[in-house]
Amino acid sequence: MSDHTATWYNLYDARPHSEVPAESPLAWSYHHSGRPSVSQKSRVVLRERAMAGHLILRGGAIVLDEAVRGVLGFGLPGRPNTLTLDERGERSIQWLSPDEWLLIVPGGEEFALEKRLREALGDAHYAIVNASGGQTLIELTGDKARELLMKSTPYDVHPEAFPVGKGVTTVFAKANLILRRPTEERWELVLRRSFADYLYRWILDAGAEYAIGVEE
Amino acid sequence: MFHIYCPYCEEHREEEEFHAKGQAHIARPADPEACSDEQWGDYLFFRDNPRGIHHELWVHAVGCRKFFNITRNTVSYEILETYKMGERPRFTAEHPEGKPAETVAAEKVADEADMVERQEGVKA
Amino acid sequence: MSQSSNQPNRLGEGGRIDRARTLSFTFNGKRYQGHAGDILASALLANGVDIVNRSFKYSRPRGIVAAGAEEPNALVQLGSTEAAQVPNVRATQQALFEGLTAQSTNGWPNVQRDVMSLVGKLGGRFMPPGFYYKTFMAPASMWMTYEKYIRKGAGLGRSPMERDPDSYDHLNQHCDLLVIGAGPAGLAAALTAARGGARVILCDEQEEMGGSLLDSRELLDHQPAARWAEQVVAELAGRDNVTLLARTTANGYHDHHFVTLHERRTEHLGETAPTVNGYRPARSRMHRVRAGQVVLATGAHERPLVYAGNDVPGNLVAGAVSTYIRRFGVVPGEKLVLSVSNDHAYRAALDWDEAGREVVAIVDARLAPDGDLVEQARARGIRIIEGAAVLEAKGSTRVSGARVATIDAEAFTVTGQAETLACDTIASSGGYSPVIHLASHTGARPTWNDEILGFVPSLVKGVHAAGSARGMHDLAKGLADGVAKACEALSALGLSADAITLPQVDAIREGSGCALYQVPHEKPTLRAPKQFVDLQNDVTSAAIELATREGFESIEHVKRYTAMGFGTDQGKLGNINGMAIAARCLGKSIPEVGTTVFRPNYTPVTFGAIVGRHCRELFDPERYTALHQWHVENGAEFEEVGQWKRPWYFPKTVNGKQESLDEAVARECLAVREKVGILDASTLGKIDIQGPDAREFLGRIYTNKWAKLAPGRARYGLMCKDDGMLMDDGTTSCLAENHFLMTTTTGGAAGVMEWLELWHQTEWPELDVTFTSVTDHWATMTVTGPEARKLLAEITDIDLDRDAFTFMDWREGKVADVPARVFRISFTGELAYEINVQANYAMHVWKTLFAHGEKYGLTPYGTETMHVLRAEKGFIIAGQDTDGSVTPEDLGMQWAVGYDKPNSWVGKRALSRSDTRRADRKQLVGLRPKDPKVVLEEGAQIVFDPDHAIPMPMVGHVTSSYYSPTLGSGFALAVVKGGQSRMGETVYLPMADGKTHAAEIVGTIFVDPKGERQNV
Repeated sequence: MSDHTATWYNLYDARPHSEVPAESPLAWSYHHSGRPSVSQKSRVVLRERAMAGHLILRGGAIVLDEAVRGVLGFGLPGRPNTLTLDERGERSIQWLSPDEWLLIVPGGEEFALEKRLREALGDAHYAIVNASGGQTLIELTGDKARELLMKSTPYDVHPEAFPVGKGVTTVFAKANLILRRPTEERWELVLRRSFADYLYRWILDAGAEYAIGVEE
Repeated sequence: MFHIYCPYCEEHREEEEFHAKGQAHIARPADPEACSDEQWGDYLFFRDNPRGIHHELWVHAVGCRKFFNITRNTVSYEILETYKMGERPRFTAEHPEGKPAETVAAEKVADEADMVERQEGVKA
Repeated sequence: MSQSSNQPNRLGEGGRIDRARTLSFTFNGKRYQGHAGDILASALLANGVDIVNRSFKYSRPRGIVAAGAEEPNALVQLGSTEAAQVPNVRATQQALFEGLTAQSTNGWPNVQRDVMSLVGKLGGRFMPPGFYYKTFMAPASMWMTYEKYIRKGAGLGRSPMERDPDSYDHLNQHCDLLVIGAGPAGLAAALTAARGGARVILCDEQEEMGGSLLDSRELLDHQPAARWAEQVVAELAGRDNVTLLARTTANGYHDHHFVTLHERRTEHLGETAPTVNGYRPARSRMHRVRAGQVVLATGAHERPLVYAGNDVPGNLVAGAVSTYIRRFGVVPGEKLVLSVSNDHAYRAALDWDEAGREVVAIVDARLAPDGDLVEQARARGIRIIEGAAVLEAKGSTRVSGARVATIDAEAFTVTGQAETLACDTIASSGGYSPVIHLASHTGARPTWNDEILGFVPSLVKGVHAAGSARGMHDLAKGLADGVAKACEALSALGLSADAITLPQVDAIREGSGCALYQVPHEKPTLRAPKQFVDLQNDVTSAAIELATREGFESIEHVKRYTAMGFGTDQGKLGNINGMAIAARCLGKSIPEVGTTVFRPNYTPVTFGAIVGRHCRELFDPERYTALHQWHVENGAEFEEVGQWKRPWYFPKTVNGKQESLDEAVARECLAVREKVGILDASTLGKIDIQGPDAREFLGRIYTNKWAKLAPGRARYGLMCKDDGMLMDDGTTSCLAENHFLMTTTTGGAAGVMEWLELWHQTEWPELDVTFTSVTDHWATMTVTGPEARKLLAEITDIDLDRDAFTFMDWREGKVADVPARVFRISFTGELAYEINVQANYAMHVWKTLFAHGEKYGLTPYGTETMHVLRAEKGFIIAGQDTDGSVTPEDLGMQWAVGYDKPNSWVGKRALSRSDTRRADRKQLVGLRPKDPKVVLEEGAQIVFDPDHAIPMPMVGHVTSSYYSPTLGSGFALAVVKGGQSRMGETVYLPMADGKTHAAEIVGTIFVDPKGERQNV
């Protein structure tokens, strides 16, 4: 890393390197509202992918795309409201705005990734912000998942309007979230930490008629 | 409940995702100190309220967070166009059916030159 | 035809009901029986129930008039238990279910014997239009009192007093084509679009789809029209691209083809939703539809004629008679007189005749009618009286006869001698009004069409009306119109569909109708027996005539003066008759008098469906910090700050008694001033700012200077709007040369973020800088008080030496093994460290602080203590001590204004406007009540002279006021005109209870004016 990068920006690994108890944004919700168990009747299943690394990338698409390709092996999504994933589907990059992308990687990778990206980007105009503590990702699967989404968001979730590979920031109940569809069967919701409990309670309420279950 | 085409997301979204920010094209005077109280007061407080075509500034608050402009008919509520910051409307009170293509092209050239000048100004 | 034994008006066969399934129900305490497939109205008529209500104003007995949403009279209160009460349900739109319990909405003690009718009989003469305005509006302050009694007497149904056991929800829908109405045009349109592959939603408000086809006499492909409807519905139901919504009323047409549909999901099954798998599914659902294009196939409402006594039970609209006979196997009487102005209504007489009951006569306002239906009636030997109309219905609780005479409709005179025909039912038809309500919601004014004698909808782009909804009442034409409109709509979307093959219609030839609205009477309208125009609101033709004589010429004024069309039915039956009467009185044509427009909703909607699941615990988002569970478990009382739930105070239980707010706050305040306290400050807005132009941007957006803030340092900043008024404040830290962390107020976070983006994107796009919210990423814990350093030193590797880590520095290091940024920023005036860690690890850090903190007396404190401590130091809260009309100078904060900065930062120019330079601006000062026990009320107005005559000139108000345990007295912050030059003067605060408090104007800093305590 060039010297001035360090002087220009404050790089900061927020993740402890010793064993420290951590709580996902849904910790209180599980404690307070519980987790209805998954059963044969469950037509919607919720699973949290907690503690992932979330980075916000800002800058020009061409420059960032080159850096990301070099570091991660796959590039930025080319179109608005789309999403790219690595081969195993563990790492993803989502278009958020013409100069903003959300990078989600397995927990623990984010700081090293940020450093490598900053090295690759050098003097380019860009910004990287770690948002891992501020949001969490949940998955919804099941044949009634789409109907549950229809109860909650005004965005059109019909397969014609929301094909696999799409991702949008939109209204959900009276809050906002990121909604994406990485595979045919799975919807992903990125929740802001402070709204997570409200959204969790909403989803359980809207999902009650589908016997929604929450995986441990 | 408007249905608004976001020129950055390149699709229609529900009004719930947007915030209206008032009349568009209210440029801040380049040298505020050189303005009279009256001129500054005009910039701060006075806005148009036309019947018919109106240009409005909106932001895709839940979404890409970009500001853009809408040309809207205040009688029918029809949205005639949305356009990015720095662009000019095609539909205006003078051209309710849309400006001719050559006018649009000429304006674009002028705007791009202006933007280059501003950027050089910052670096100087 | 034979009769069903215990339902006197039920035919032995026919109709779309299931006679094998008998359902019992209760109306006004009496038990009856009906069948599956009945609506409440058909079941009541089957049982010979004539009176279903008392009228709103005159308390006259009323019966069922119509068979759909337009019904004005048959409003009932549903529910066998308190919790299940639903007011103002139209019996014509309520499916019968086993155990249904209903009561009349109006009428006390009962509809048969109503005490109010005495008032009605006497009052008729005394209750002209505008009666309520004229009689009860003065004095205006008494209206609420009058209203209570008028309402009790009139009755409008009542809401339940217990919690609703049902749930409601919303469903967001999107489609290419929304078709509203599943009659012939709607079915044809939906089928066309569906076969074309478009995403289609078809909704219909009735229990069964098919509309007029369900009781039509026409044959389609040589079979009953209802068969074709069934086939089409079955095909649509089998298609993936079609959503069929029966029992679903399109209630509101909003901007850009956003339409709200209200689906009654379980109302036909029981009074509460039946449980499925232990869960009660939503009883009603609001579909929020965003459609590409819309076909309005909403059909038409038949207009009754206006004649004397037309409100007596037994008067119906002609089409309703056919509907009850053909769909429900119910004949609502024995002897019918039919009064018409058109051919179509002859169906009622033919159906009545086929049901085996007597048609006394058809009274036709036209001379020599000659359509197919007329010929059929003639062929059966039914007496037809031409050029005549029913002038008056006789009877009080049920029609007993009809006075009939020849008339000259155009001259509005009775030309012949009246003849009285004995009968118990009078059906009338004055023509058909297209249902233009939804089109009207879009703002398009309907236009009058002389050919169909009705208003037809004007349409905005993307809306298409088909069939009867635009006055095209002929079946074959209506079907073809549905196909054509679907094709047009799809092509506007760039889609296409082929025209479907329509069934062959065995056409019935109909002659044209004549214009007849109000039937003349031998006496002038004002002296004739009452002729009702709006049955629900008891508006008569005389009332309209009187209104026009009193000078109300616009139909909108007539409506408001007479209350015509203001009932829950929005005047669906009566409005056009009312307009025609006003036009006659004014000597104008109907379109000259004005059009009538409608607002959402088309029919009343239960609040539950509007609210959906946004109620109770899910009414509004509650935002929690990462430490919420600890706060709950440690007994915090919470305060709402925006959507955040913040600990307000932490009451302790002392000697078995819980502390009050004041006691807890006093304890918490002293703990901070004397030992150490801890606050969860995670809710503060935090914005990460990066870029080579970040510093330049800060210098333009804040009032103070940022050019020299070094990495490792933090600074307090003020943010103004360009009018020079304070909008937010907070500290911003320099993390690195091109990297800053801005904090905002809790409530201002989203607004500040948008503000930064606004300036960057619209005014200074050339600056290379980005803003990213990190509010939720960081948890912030403020450890403050004299013992703060000792406590923190136990669990951090950061050098806390006072010279190494000075006030307004920030340092990086580990706190409780977690990487942290620690800021020496103080909002209490004490030594303070704001510890920021990634939120997922916050609970661990917080608990570790408590594990080490007990020996130092570590005390958690909430927002109330935070407010007291900051006010003692004169620290403002933007939004509490300011209200958008306060400049930094008004706050005495010139030290935070960079007058000599090179740029014209946001707000600078406004500070030299004449208004902001006034000497008598309200300025922030401290107030010390003369009586130290007094805590002034926040918001209390301030005067200089307490003896001034009322109205006293008010010179300011209290913005913050608390009791200070440190000072042992009350104290306040306030804005006072010219206050900064009035130090030491006394001001007065006259209170609502008559007391007047005196207070001295002092500086804003009450504790540690030199700021030494935070610098230790």
